[in-house]
Amino acid sequence: MAEYRLEMHGVSKSFPGVKALDKINLKVRPGTVHALMGENGAGKSTLMKCLFGIYHMDEGEVYLDGNKVEIHNPDDALHKGLAMVHQELQPIPERTVAENMYAGRYPTKKFGPFQVVDHKTMFEETAKWLDDVKMPYDPKARMGTMSIAQMQSVEIAKAVSLQANVVILDEPTSSLTDNEVEALFRIIRELKSRGVSLIYISHKMAEIREICDEITIMRDGTYVGSWSMDDISDEEIVKQMVGRELTNIYPPKNDASLGEVLLEVKGYSSIHERSFQNCSFQLRRGEILGFGGLVGAQRTELMEAIFGMRHVRSGEVYIKGQKMNIKRPQDAIRGGIGMITEDRRGTGILGCLSIADNVSISSLDQYLEMGIKLNKGKIENLVKENVAKLSIKTPDSKTLIQSLSGGNQQKVLISRWLANNPDILIMDEPTRGIDVGAKYEIYQIMIDLAKQGKGIIMISSEMPELIGVSNRILVMCDGRITGEVQGEEATQERIMSFATQFEK
Amino acid sequence: MDKKSLSVKDILINNGIIILILLMVLFVGVTKDNFFSLSNFNNVSINVACRFIIAVGVSGCLITKGTDLSAGRQVGLAACLAGTLLQKADYSGRFELTKNIPEMNVWLILIVCILACCIFGLINGIVVAYLNVPPFIGTLGMQLIVYGINLVYTKAVPIGGYRQDYTTIANGKLFGIFPYLFIIAIIIGAIMWFVYNYTRHGKFMYAIGGNESAAEVAGVNVKKTKIMIYMTAAALYAIAGFLLGAKSGGANVNTGNGYELEAIAACTIGGVSVNGGIGRVSGIVIGVLVFEMLKTCLQFLGIDPNYQFIAQGIVIVVAIALDIRKYIAKK
Repeated sequence: MAEYRLEMHGVSKSFPGVKALDKINLKVRPGTVHALMGENGAGKSTLMKCLFGIYHMDEGEVYLDGNKVEIHNPDDALHKGLAMVHQELQPIPERTVAENMYAGRYPTKKFGPFQVVDHKTMFEETAKWLDDVKMPYDPKARMGTMSIAQMQSVEIAKAVSLQANVVILDEPTSSLTDNEVEALFRIIRELKSRGVSLIYISHKMAEIREICDEITIMRDGTYVGSWSMDDISDEEIVKQMVGRELTNIYPPKNDASLGEVLLEVKGYSSIHERSFQNCSFQLRRGEILGFGGLVGAQRTELMEAIFGMRHVRSGEVYIKGQKMNIKRPQDAIRGGIGMITEDRRGTGILGCLSIADNVSISSLDQYLEMGIKLNKGKIENLVKENVAKLSIKTPDSKTLIQSLSGGNQQKVLISRWLANNPDILIMDEPTRGIDVGAKYEIYQIMIDLAKQGKGIIMISSEMPELIGVSNRILVMCDGRITGEVQGEEATQERIMSFATQFEK
Repeated sequence: MDKKSLSVKDILINNGIIILILLMVLFVGVTKDNFFSLSNFNNVSINVACRFIIAVGVSGCLITKGTDLSAGRQVGLAACLAGTLLQKADYSGRFELTKNIPEMNVWLILIVCILACCIFGLINGIVVAYLNVPPFIGTLGMQLIVYGINLVYTKAVPIGGYRQDYTTIANGKLFGIFPYLFIIAIIIGAIMWFVYNYTRHGKFMYAIGGNESAAEVAGVNVKKTKIMIYMTAAALYAIAGFLLGAKSGGANVNTGNGYELEAIAACTIGGVSVNGGIGRVSGIVIGVLVFEMLKTCLQFLGIDPNYQFIAQGIVIVVAIALDIRKYIAKK
């Protein structure tokens, strides 16, 4: 038997303009649980997609039990004994557990001239496999009536039924309760004892400590190293994950002392138990307040709730000391908040409309004549002014926004709020998908706005950006604000340690 | 790279329906005697007027990714309502319910019709905006409801014997040349053009059609705007129904039946995108004209009216397929 069940060697993958993976190695021994860790965007998912043939790797080799293999698509991977339980499960809720397990490969029998689904065999087989991993579920139960943890177990049972000997679990505990996590670990240990290898992708240090034997760490698409869990401390793991050099590509921050409290949030809690809970913070005039955390920390959800896009169960918002009742974005805008959302295409730009329309939509009241007619000249001037001020590259104001580059679209959205002139601007991942030059320009705009006395909240998953631009950073984990770091003392290690403070 | 310079082929395909029907008009005009005549022009312009008013109404719904299938029935109800209130005092077959109501000003009756339809428009708007019922289903229900109300009201009795001052509105001509109907349609078109291009409401409408969630984030009052759109549409159906009754000198429960589909087809041919956010009043004018030309040409060619429905159906499907094609190509 080969020393390693799965071996990935020197895997590289480039996308236009980015090297997503650079010579990554991953070696998993039989009957072990191997942790794969790294920050957001370190390339973990890309690596798994390469393994499953969803992406075609530019370089690199894959060995299974010492034999070189080529995997062209996920189906191919399944036949070679690789199975993946995704973070976002995709069950068919209206069908039974058995049908979900056997979707696409139903056992059949002859019925006269027809080939029909053999329900009896299917239910019996399912019961057998569920029993095999000690999961006492009814194969005839509808998938939709089961909890997420149970659905996940069904996925694992499916992997077992496919005779998979490498099972990948992508953030499996992100929506499980403690008891459910215990049940999952029991199944993992059971699989391990049978010689199945597991790759466990997670940010939760305590879990990794508990269940994993070995660890591989990635950072910015590069391979950092592999260790036995016994040989590496928690602090060392965090250090290896974030240990990059900070280069100075940020404009100087606003040094002026901060002004009055613009925004105060007290005890904000979502109606959903798994979303943000009991979040409180203040934002001052002239401040850029960064929000750090891992993907799924509920930062976006918190900000969208403050802006009236989501429902809250409890909590209060004060703007300049005045209690606000924000039920929808309009209320927030009236109170002086502007919002640039994370999903620029989905909730930002009005794609089939012109730049002029996109800039002016939130401030149309200002250009009304006699209470009804819009003064197009005024709008045109506003657009020209902003195009010049933010150096938006566009032929003219009638150009459709969807034909601009990401950076220029983002600047148009910033112009929209400049025209509306709110005191508070929330920017969710303001530089996502934007090239380096435009990023710098956007940082400069943010800092200028802060100097003019506005308060800015920036959510960012890029730690250098967070440290480079913010006056103060709040870190969230699992829906709670777990730490606060002053700008000058911010380090990637400190932020990461707060970002991984999961409740046990 | 140069996405802007569309190829000749694309232009031909995108405007395929319009080009095809223009060719047909030329063919009919050359081969048939009376096609290019003043009387035919008058006839077409009067027909186009009512349909244009309905199409402009529906266009607001389409631009916000909705639709209004109750349009035709609302037109019918307005026509019947106006008819029952505007019969000659000495007409023998006067409508039972309104027999004893004293004679009222014509324009007052128009306002009554508008108010009546606006109630249905308001309900449509609330159902779509607040209850989040897909517009297709919500307005389909309203189509049946309005038809039912009309049946209950008129007991399916045809209405006729209109007062002179009512029928003149449709059949009279300014300076003996321009039909009043034509002029009314132009005025309504101008008002709607202003609303679509120079008002906040218009900008909000396009924003909602372009990206509803983004519009909401930008502070657009999506619900209120949608309700306004469905109410405006209903007001226009009322006007169209009122004029249609005056033009035909009578009305019954089937007046306006199916007009919503013609209106939607005309809008689509005229470049109103069923994917929302796109559509101009000038385009709707072209769309309505082209669709009316299609019908007129088929009549002139002496094609069996039953076959005409088939032709119209094909044109509707092809028009929407071509519209979707433009959208897909953009990705």
